Amino acid sequence: MEDSGKKGPSVIERYFTRWYRTDLKGKVCEDHCILQHSNRICVITLAESHPILQNGRKIKNINYQISDGCSRLKNKVSGKSKRGGQFLTEFAPLCRITCTDEQEYTIYSCIRGRLLEVNEAIMNKPDLLLERPSTEGYIAVILPKFEESKSITEGLLTREQYEEVLAKRNQQEEPC
Amino acid sequence: MLSLREKDRPVVRKLLSAGCCARCVLRFCCVGSSSAYRRSYEDMHKELLAFVSEENSAQSHDAPGEGETDDPPNKRMRVDEDRVTPAEPDSNICPVCLGVLQDFCHPTFAKQVSDAVKKQQFEFDSLVLTVSLPAQLSVREHSCWLHVRKEVREKSMCLGKDDVIQVKDAFKWAVQGKIGQELGAAVLANSPCEVSVGFIHPETEEDCHFLANTCPDCFKPTKNKASIFTRMAVVKALEKISDEKFSRNYPCPPKKPNTRCSALDTSCLHTSVFIAGRYNKFSRELPQTPWVIDGERRMDGSVEELIAAPLLSSFRADGFNFSSSGREDVDVRTLGNGRPFALELLNPHRTKFSRTEIKQLQETINQSSDKIRVRHLQIVTREATSRMKEGEEEKTKTYSALIWTQKAIADTDLDFLRNIKDLKLAQKTPLRVLHRRPLAVRQRLVHSMSAVHLDTHHFTLKLCTQAGTYIKEFVHGDFGRTKPNLCDLMKTDADILELDVESVDIDWPPAIPD
Repeated sequence: MEDSGKKGPSVIERYFTRWYRTDLKGKVCEDHCILQHSNRICVITLAESHPILQNGRKIKNINYQISDGCSRLKNKVSGKSKRGGQFLTEFAPLCRITCTDEQEYTIYSCIRGRLLEVNEAIMNKPDLLLERPSTEGYIAVILPKFEESKSITEGLLTREQYEEVLAKRNQQEEPC
Repeated sequence: MLSLREKDRPVVRKLLSAGCCARCVLRFCCVGSSSAYRRSYEDMHKELLAFVSEENSAQSHDAPGEGETDDPPNKRMRVDEDRVTPAEPDSNICPVCLGVLQDFCHPTFAKQVSDAVKKQQFEFDSLVLTVSLPAQLSVREHSCWLHVRKEVREKSMCLGKDDVIQVKDAFKWAVQGKIGQELGAAVLANSPCEVSVGFIHPETEEDCHFLANTCPDCFKPTKNKASIFTRMAVVKALEKISDEKFSRNYPCPPKKPNTRCSALDTSCLHTSVFIAGRYNKFSRELPQTPWVIDGERRMDGSVEELIAAPLLSSFRADGFNFSSSGREDVDVRTLGNGRPFALELLNPHRTKFSRTEIKQLQETINQSSDKIRVRHLQIVTREATSRMKEGEEEKTKTYSALIWTQKAIADTDLDFLRNIKDLKLAQKTPLRVLHRRPLAVRQRLVHSMSAVHLDTHHFTLKLCTQAGTYIKEFVHGDFGRTKPNLCDLMKTDADILELDVESVDIDWPPAIPD
């Protein structure tokens, strides 16, 4: 145990499977990572290759109001069956993030399911998103339908496939 | 004797001419002594006929006051005798009880019921007999009551429906003595052991149907009921319906059936027995309850199965329900004095155990596996088990956790933990259980903490917390959903590698000295 700054598998590695969706909506390098718990719950996060996390970018604003009529902050679920949560399809926007360089990015649901919660902590502390994108800087929690809990990940990339995509990008040397 | 009075005579006559059986006649004459119903059917029937024919001679004597009604009864009387006398009582099925108070009151049926109970090998010293009758019997009862009341009214007497002895009671009076004798048990009004007898009569099921039209609000379809014509609904509808409406829809007296009731299988049910104790769990690969995902079993065995197996076979119970004061994850051990639990044994066939026998059962459980250990095993009441759950939130639990930190730590880096008292946590429902629990933020207290340094990245954290605190999430933070968490306090990434429950501070069940 002595000196083991690195230990065994992390919480994510123990309980979650990582899935990826790259170049979302055709936008180069806008990669998302979906953490699926063994109980089917999914946590939507930015993949480490997402442009927001590159080149020391800073966040100016995170906006969960995705249209005039719809704010993800208004989402409320009640009871064990999570009644009342907004139902999301793959390309439903979760939030828009504006960086200090005025670049705006939309984060998408990536999977079908019921929205359980969005991470309000990153609104007050956007650095959480930059420093800990796969844990405290998560975007949202989604509960897929029970009968779709296997099929929702069919169109997604595994960790290995994602790493291949990254490797190819590097070969082409097109910086994101 | 039949304990009938002079004024009953016209009623008896009327009932006999409607084809009623002897016990139904007694019921409508409000004969409330149980012994009257226990007599042999043939004797009762003969005496009734004798009682009615007495009137012929008696009539001339008391003629003056009741002269006006003499004629019709006499005629009916003759019709009655023509019909009743030649027929064997057995082939004559009573239109009111549909045979329940005829053949089914015979000792052979009581014997049949007793044999069915004996077969199940229950051990008991008392029982309660319950009877379930077809719903339409209430309709027929009502019809017969209206029929009789007409007669009684003319004689300016009154007959309340409540005064009539119920079919159920008459049946029980007739058979329960014999059943008790056969089984060597007292038949009481209340007993943990319930022997149920049921009757159905498909031929007359439609008797109730007109009530759905006259009283639709009494018959609302419900999810769990096969038919809307439940006994309760029928009784309620009969209370509401006017006599006139009833007579328009249903014959008074009720029509004679072709068949008698059929008896359902006798069932016997003993109320649950509750067993309580405390358990230790020494394995990190043993779930508390069977772990099933997608219909597939994940791990062998479980705490509840290890405890329940010897108890199920000794109490010869049909099944069990396990409950405990909180629960631990599969990879968490429960040490110290253990966790209180209670086990409900369903339909136990044997329930009397001495202290020594219970002690032996505890020993059997403990011998069966080294993964768990049980102490203070005892039979408790159902009410007492609520003590285990009550005040669950106020109770405290203590834990011991093996913690990893990313940052290298020295012994002194842990001192500050000791100074933290009653730390208030806001815990969102952990992602790990969010699929089956409502989403909520719960306030929980970490009363105190202390740490034992192990090496530069590991230490043992002892915690005393309010029950219901999620310890794993307090340590790693659950995506920042538990605030504050140990990572915040230590200002480094931290993770929990092992967790033990050291104590569950609930003084129940009472300790049993060795």
